[in-house]
Amino acid sequence: MNMSRDHFRILLPVLSLVVLLAGVFYLQPRAMSYFGLNLLFNLAVPVALATIAQMMIIMVNDIDLSIGTFVSFCACVTATFVQETPLLGYLILLMSIGAYAGIGALIHYRNLPAIVVTLGTSFVWGGLAILILPSPGGSSPEWLHAIMKSKPPLVPMAIIASVIIGVLTHLLIKRSSFGVLLRGVGGNDRTLSRAGWSVLKLKASAYGLAGLFGVLSGMALIGLTTSADANIALRYTLLSIAGVILGGGEFTGGRVSPIGAVIGALTLTLAASFLSFLKLSPDWQIGSQGAILILVLAARLAFAKREAQQ
Amino acid sequence: MNTAISETHASTAPLVHLDAVQKHFGKLQALKGASLSISAGECLGLVGHNGAGKSTLVKIINGRLPPTLGTISYRGMSHSYTADDNAEQAHTTGIRSVFQELSLCPNLTVLENYRVPFRDMPRRSWRRVAGARVMQSLDTIFPGHAIQARDTVENLSIAERQMVEIAIAFSSRTHPARLMILDEPTSSLDAAIARQLLDYIKTFCRAGGSVIFISHMLGEIFDVASRIIVMKDGLITDDRPTADFNRQSLVDAMGHVIPEGEAVAQSGTRIPGERVLSTDSGLNARKHEIVGLAGLAGHGQTRALASFYLESTSRWQGSRNSRVVFVAGDRARDGLMPLWSILQNLSLKTLIEFGTRFFIDRQQEQQLAADWKQKIGIRTDDLDSPILSLSGGNQQKVLFARALASSAPIVVMDDPMRGVDVGTKKDVYAMIQQEAAKGRTFLWYSTETDEILECDRVFVFRDGQISAELIGDDITEENILTASFGMKENAA
Amino acid sequence: MSDPTTPVLTRQTRNPVSLFKKPWIWAYVAAGAAFLGTMAISGGQGAGSLFYTAMTFASFAAIVGVGQMLVITLGPGNVDLSIPSSMTLAATLALKVMNSEPGMVLIGLATALLVGLGCGIFNFSLIILLRIPPIIATLSSSFIFQSLAIWSNRGLRIKPPESMSQFVTGGVLGIPNVALVGIAIAMAAWVALERGIAGRWILAIGQNMRAASFSGVPVNTVRFAVYVSCAVLASIAGFLLANFSGGAALNMGAEYMLMSIAVVVIGGSSIGGGNSNVPGIWGASLFMFLVVSMLNSYGLGAGVRLIMTGIIIVAVVSLASKPGELR
Repeated sequence: MNMSRDHFRILLPVLSLVVLLAGVFYLQPRAMSYFGLNLLFNLAVPVALATIAQMMIIMVNDIDLSIGTFVSFCACVTATFVQETPLLGYLILLMSIGAYAGIGALIHYRNLPAIVVTLGTSFVWGGLAILILPSPGGSSPEWLHAIMKSKPPLVPMAIIASVIIGVLTHLLIKRSSFGVLLRGVGGNDRTLSRAGWSVLKLKASAYGLAGLFGVLSGMALIGLTTSADANIALRYTLLSIAGVILGGGEFTGGRVSPIGAVIGALTLTLAASFLSFLKLSPDWQIGSQGAILILVLAARLAFAKREAQQ
Repeated sequence: MNTAISETHASTAPLVHLDAVQKHFGKLQALKGASLSISAGECLGLVGHNGAGKSTLVKIINGRLPPTLGTISYRGMSHSYTADDNAEQAHTTGIRSVFQELSLCPNLTVLENYRVPFRDMPRRSWRRVAGARVMQSLDTIFPGHAIQARDTVENLSIAERQMVEIAIAFSSRTHPARLMILDEPTSSLDAAIARQLLDYIKTFCRAGGSVIFISHMLGEIFDVASRIIVMKDGLITDDRPTADFNRQSLVDAMGHVIPEGEAVAQSGTRIPGERVLSTDSGLNARKHEIVGLAGLAGHGQTRALASFYLESTSRWQGSRNSRVVFVAGDRARDGLMPLWSILQNLSLKTLIEFGTRFFIDRQQEQQLAADWKQKIGIRTDDLDSPILSLSGGNQQKVLFARALASSAPIVVMDDPMRGVDVGTKKDVYAMIQQEAAKGRTFLWYSTETDEILECDRVFVFRDGQISAELIGDDITEENILTASFGMKENAA
Repeated sequence: MSDPTTPVLTRQTRNPVSLFKKPWIWAYVAAGAAFLGTMAISGGQGAGSLFYTAMTFASFAAIVGVGQMLVITLGPGNVDLSIPSSMTLAATLALKVMNSEPGMVLIGLATALLVGLGCGIFNFSLIILLRIPPIIATLSSSFIFQSLAIWSNRGLRIKPPESMSQFVTGGVLGIPNVALVGIAIAMAAWVALERGIAGRWILAIGQNMRAASFSGVPVNTVRFAVYVSCAVLASIAGFLLANFSGGAALNMGAEYMLMSIAVVVIGGSSIGGGNSNVPGIWGASLFMFLVVSMLNSYGLGAGVRLIMTGIIIVAVVSLASKPGELR
């Protein structure tokens, strides 16, 4: 078998998604329909966007513990300011992207541990979200709701959106010459600075991109749920890390795969549905996500061992 | 490729001119005043022992380090002291470097790595252009290679990575390559590929390009260089055309590191006992014996020692009477605890030997450290001061003490004398002889010949395997060199 | 055996690491300031009760903080994200076993400890056997622990035995019992780190794991022990917290994930590993509670409190680390 590490890296997430999907269809043949798929992947879009955001950070060898509260914050802004005073709303979202880039710059400039800084900022985003929406409420801007709930012919919106997200970020990160530099920061930042690049700017850009996708995730979430609360997306921190790893990414060395990350997010979303179809009690939904994560990582280890033997 | 090299004759000013350049790192004078001009079409061979200042010199030339004193000018233009300016000027002058430490991004593909140093690369269909250029460069320098532009670097072998790095350095960009700095470029290439590189260097220089070629392989230097520069102790001691040197005179010019006056040749007084170790890779040693591991750096000696050590100790069980101890040579990576004091660093290995079941016996610890401070001569007033406050040689003494303080019968040493002063070396040699006489066994990897000559038996490594075993009078510099170079030196 | 009283201070000051002015002192200074800030509003009334409450709540954070500190000390990449779910699972099962019967208290405690042991062993087997990075390993196992807790709890809210409730809310000489437990745990950790061989080994691994294994440190055993201790401490904290708050709620541990990391950082331990700081854990735990109560007493809502907490954490790490320091 002549398979390069990159192929294998994307094969495993695809395989796990296919296996899960086959399981779902086997258990619940009715899911094999437009409506069924729509239901299965309903919440996948915001998770996928958050996972891409996390991937941007992991790409530069950091980790973001604040993405969940940040998405919640963006959701709250979308459900209130963007809905009521759009200009101000978009300005706030724009500024929050800037803040993300600033955090990246600070982390690089002072050589801080990202895990702690983002931990701190997670409190800040959470606090801001509570200030904006002390109790659940707000509503989705019409157009957003219309897009997220639209029913294009043949293929459900969630799947179309996921494909678009995957392809666009793939082009940006894997194909563009700018993406090469961003991944280079994760691979060997000394080489980049020797070649005359500003690692500070690159790292700030990676964080800024993460902020952008966090904003998109919050908006997509509001499009789906129509109302927000300050804790709406807390789970996303952990889900997004899991999604990146499931998708073949690694914590260090700039080894990430945008398409893999989207597939990872889809797999995690599907895992919950799969278990509900299994008639397994909902108690086990979260646990099964953990178990699937472990299984995939174990499979990855087995592959890697075999590869090492070859 | 090399489209713009023809223009080099336009200017008669040297590409780079250094005037009495000095570089100090704190108290250390790495460069004590170097003056040098490099003109188009020259190939400079740069030789000298480790620590002679070669890498400092080339890092000043390529602008990565600013000189402490003196001036540097590029193409006759004005000079500057700031690192950024020099780096920028070096960049536009077309100075490029390939260093021993690989500077590729392992997670990127070959063509993507080409993009990293190419700062103002045109964006349109850049992948196609980059792929074509990097392949063209590879095909020109290393015809018959098997590398693809889309291969990820981490999937390539070490030699292939080195080839990619060289090819990228020579490839065409906005500012054409005019001066190429190659630091031991052939160290991980096999003979045939090294040959291709040397041939290409000659072609490059004939077309008007300049090269600074650093190598320990004198054959290669004589092959490609038009002029040879010898460095010693931070000074350029010789700068003459290659024709003025022959092999012997060059070796003499470099000077012997330490004229080994009275070698502590006591090996006759020790009679090796029973065999205490043997490994799958073929290493073996007996009681009372000092066994050397020789060969060129990076040919698997460290790995052989590390795997022997890790196989014979448990990562699960702390043992009071361990069989093997390890003396690290790469101090930062394998030895030092950077946040700790000298005392804590020294006692780490032996805590369990003299402590009670759970607690450290602090009096014993103090006593032990004081004893070894005396015994091995650690130069400090206070054993509680941080380990990093010591000089490299004294840090190394602490690591020796850490290992030798334990009762383990086998001592594994991974080129531990790097950056250690002559006096310390002498002390340690004597101590090793004593300990061996008392019944210990030493496995000693060293890159320095005079250390290898201290050994009773020597295994020479090449390409990760043992290529020769030398005993007694057969342990000579010549035999070791023959076994370490094998075919390669002949080919060059 | 070493004498734990005399040479402590001299060694502390002579030790090069803690030489730069004992980083933990600032956590106490800040806690004191927050205490005074609160008192300024109330005009000094209720100082005693504020102290008592602060000690009580800080002890939960301190107990999990000590565990997290041990893990973080193991070096970059080591962090236990399963603390909240281990707490919840241990508390849930313990309360279930006790079933509000006073005679079952010890068995309940034993259950909690066993659960912690199991969680720790599970975490570390993922790390060592499947070679999963600790962050993702403890993350995935936390999902599983959480599900186990949900499944075993089934929405029931079992009250703790009366005697236990009295113990956790009571105190001796104005010091809450839970704080005594927390202080005892911190002291034990401090003695182990400063005086114990195991402590040296933990610190060595955190500075340079490769060098540690080349110096005969049984690295796997030490890491195993640290991950298990962390989970056991989480289970103890969960057990006490559930008894204190009158039952095990499924989200009872939620805030302790971030809290446990925050107290380690604010307490002056190095996030890069190899340098831990036990006294700072208590200072930081007190500070984290007192700052909230101070902001409360100024009439600021939850939002502002969280923002302030976040800004404090970022400010502390930004000031504490120098560019170019080891991560």
